[in-house]
Amino acid sequence: MSLAASLALTMPELILSIGAIVLMLVAAFAGDKATRAISWAAIALFAVAAFSLIGWGRAPMSAFDGLYRADAFAGFAKLLIYIAAAVSIFIAPRWFAENDRLRAEYPLLILFSAAGMGMMVSAVDLLTLYVGLELQSLAAYVLASFMRSDERAAEAGLKYFVLGALASGILLYGVSLLYGFAGTTQFAGIAKAMSDGVGLGELFGIVFVLAGLAFKVSAVPFHMWTPDVYEGSPTPVTAFFASAPKVAAMALLVRVTTVAMGPATDSWRQIVIFAALASIVLGAVGAIGQTNIKRLLAYSSINNIGFALIGLAAGTPTGVSSVMSYMAIYVAMTLGSFICVLQMRDMQGRPVETIASLSGLSRTRPGLAVAIAIFMFSLAGIPPLLGFWAKFVVFDAAVAANLTLLAAIGIAASVIGAFYYLKIVKTMYFDEPAEAYAPTNSMGEAALIGVCALAVSPLGYLAIPLLGGATEAAAKSLF
Amino acid sequence: MSFPILTIMILLPLLVAAGCLFLSANGARWAALGTTLALLAMGIGLWVGYDIGGAQWQFVESAPIFGRFSWALGIDGIALMLIVLSVFLMPICILASWEAIEKRVPEYMAAFLLMEALMIGVFAAQDMFLFYIFFEAGLIPMYLIIGIWGGANRIYASYKFFLYTLLGSVLMLIAMLWMVREAGTTDIPTLMEYPFDPKVQTWLWLAFFASFAVKMPMWPVHTWLPDAHVQAPTAGSVILAGVLLKMGGYGFIRFSLPMFPEASAQLVWVVFGLSMIAVIYTSLVALVQSDMKKLIAYSSVAHMAFVTIGLFAFNRQGIEGALIVMLAHGLVSGALFLCVGVIYDRLHTREIDRYGGLSNNMPYYALFFMLFTMASVGLPGLANFVGEFLALVGAYKANSWVATVATLGIILGAAYMLYLYWRVAFGISKNEDAAAMPDLTLREWLCLAPIAAATIWMGVYPESFMAPMRKDVGTLLARIESAAPPGDAKLLMGKVKKTEVHKEGHH
Repeated sequence: MSLAASLALTMPELILSIGAIVLMLVAAFAGDKATRAISWAAIALFAVAAFSLIGWGRAPMSAFDGLYRADAFAGFAKLLIYIAAAVSIFIAPRWFAENDRLRAEYPLLILFSAAGMGMMVSAVDLLTLYVGLELQSLAAYVLASFMRSDERAAEAGLKYFVLGALASGILLYGVSLLYGFAGTTQFAGIAKAMSDGVGLGELFGIVFVLAGLAFKVSAVPFHMWTPDVYEGSPTPVTAFFASAPKVAAMALLVRVTTVAMGPATDSWRQIVIFAALASIVLGAVGAIGQTNIKRLLAYSSINNIGFALIGLAAGTPTGVSSVMSYMAIYVAMTLGSFICVLQMRDMQGRPVETIASLSGLSRTRPGLAVAIAIFMFSLAGIPPLLGFWAKFVVFDAAVAANLTLLAAIGIAASVIGAFYYLKIVKTMYFDEPAEAYAPTNSMGEAALIGVCALAVSPLGYLAIPLLGGATEAAAKSLF
Repeated sequence: MSFPILTIMILLPLLVAAGCLFLSANGARWAALGTTLALLAMGIGLWVGYDIGGAQWQFVESAPIFGRFSWALGIDGIALMLIVLSVFLMPICILASWEAIEKRVPEYMAAFLLMEALMIGVFAAQDMFLFYIFFEAGLIPMYLIIGIWGGANRIYASYKFFLYTLLGSVLMLIAMLWMVREAGTTDIPTLMEYPFDPKVQTWLWLAFFASFAVKMPMWPVHTWLPDAHVQAPTAGSVILAGVLLKMGGYGFIRFSLPMFPEASAQLVWVVFGLSMIAVIYTSLVALVQSDMKKLIAYSSVAHMAFVTIGLFAFNRQGIEGALIVMLAHGLVSGALFLCVGVIYDRLHTREIDRYGGLSNNMPYYALFFMLFTMASVGLPGLANFVGEFLALVGAYKANSWVATVATLGIILGAAYMLYLYWRVAFGISKNEDAAAMPDLTLREWLCLAPIAAATIWMGVYPESFMAPMRKDVGTLLARIESAAPPGDAKLLMGKVKKTEVHKEGHH
């Protein structure tokens, strides 16, 4: 394939990276005055990049001699990533206006990070995978400590960087093992090398690669950074961390396990099952004692990743499609929750993060309380909210793959998680009102909350055929 | 497709519930009352329009709009009667909350309308997953009703209610997923005839049992019920006892028995054992309660044990009896909670000792209370008697020991109910404030009189209620009869002795 054709296939990444470089020049010359314009330009770039995904649902295409793949799976993941990233840019200005100045680098870093994620989900070669992952992570480390003057943000950034670098090292070591024993870095070649049995070296490679990726999706036992980073980072950044990179890392994990390690499914399945159950239980138990809403949502994301991993453990096309459905619904619930957290500010405009401050919210701010309640019940997986459907499809995939016991244990453990989501609803609805929050003056954010709440409300069930069709097409392109 | 009355009955309260949130307190009250009355009219329309002896599933609607499952509704006679019970109790609940609920009225009315939509949905769903969604979704409004408008210890009770029933239900979902994979359909009527492998049936049965036993509730997983009842506002208790508990029994009839007949027969001893313990144990516990609501809550557990005994007797009398007990208990225990509510609204205590001699200053109240007490005891001519008698006859055919123990429960039931009535209504008026309470208001008359009429109707002429269900019980029996466990009666046909014929000419 000619270079031009390969470049044409990587159009979304080209748009994002060239756009980001141009905008960086603009920022360098125009300074922070142009932040607003740059933010909108970045959102426009995401829209254009999303448009360039049209046609990805058709036959899968490989670019750069099998380093990069444009297929329905990557297209679906990219669409989710772009939406989440665009929302993260959209919600930033108001938050930063109250705390610190929003600088022009914020949308730029998100653009670079999203370009890296695009590489991740399209990677069919261990090196593409690594380069994409690092591009995404390096931008994320900076974003975590974006508020330079804030101690917690600095701590979050440093912690994220050190632990992330460690995870990258582990991943790279696994990559080198796989390369050493399989003789190639391409997924297809690795799968071929494993098809005649998994050697000890390859097994070690699998374990290290999975460990490195488990860090990125924050699955237990590599989850420790999550609560601290979520708490310390500026809230819009936390919303970003909880959504887009999770989708990218999960999609990457799915592709690596099913495509590269497909023949070794029995070897990695037990690892995934352990990580899934441990994440569900630890995410649920860890959240119970939390008093900070962002830490609680961090544990909630660990918990949710555990459920998504149950779908992956099935290792079937149904399983893959269920993981992608899960991530799509998860993004809607998470973004909605974090935009609600953004509304938590006292009368002076300072952000409040304690759960106690939600007390009696149903009387001071009924609309916001309803929205949060919808997100919480949905995260807990209670029907008729759409979060139930997310859990439904992963458990269905597990049952179809004869993992009935795993499904039974997983769903029983979900009841533990329901407890702390209920706690938030209880605080808002049963307790006496605390000091009221400052009124929302952003119609945009209110509208976004409304869209997310409607998406996870029972009306979202009408979208199931659409979602199911898209995720099935995505899954089919992997097998 | 004909007129989609079931869809309208589900969507109408949902829409009004959303609208209620934007109304004033009084507007919400009237909107809720109007809607529930309209639904009552539609429910009666269903009953009238139901063709007894016609197709097994009537008012069928199906729209495959959710991809993996469909919006499929339809009712048989059993579902019909339970829907009628729900829509009958609902306006009464709204009336009962008219003055008792003062804070956050619009939300309260919205929660009740939401609840009504979900209850109708549970009984009308013909798709397995649609059923599950309605079944589970009821947790949310009930959690809010108990938690916001409940008594002093409401938060503990609301958590307990939610987590207990959720834990019971989730395993059922896994079983449903497996069944749908196996049978390749989510259609409940088809699944009711699908022959599942008897070995797997046991596991599936246990998973469903976990859910329905908690909902029912059966001993020893009944402990959420007294807490929830005591803390819930009056109308919440009425709905809980009147309709929500019926979901457990309905689940046994709709799922456990027809889908897993072999497993049901094999595990009948579990049901009988737990029910026997429940009848005796909870009746004894009820005897020593000092809180009126708690006493009635425990009596509910005992009454529900008759339902399970009847259902698993595997014969017509047992199952029909269980169905009548379900309906009768829905009316009578609901009415008893209303009776407690009437005096609670006046004195704000549920302590039995704080009352006494109410028949002096509240004669009409005492009359109604006595009627429902007698009904609960099982006095012939009132609703419960019909059901309990049939259930006991059925149980006797299946297992005489179970019937004996259950009958003991009836005696205990008479003891605790009469003891309650004696302490509240008879004797001298020892508390001045209790003696000064005025008799029933018009609103309270409107709440209690219809239930009293229905109780007498069901006791005197149960055929009206039995007729729509008879054919469905027959269908169920035909399905489970081959698996029915042998009874212990072992009746032998007496031998006809040859008597010597007196000969002529002997004289």
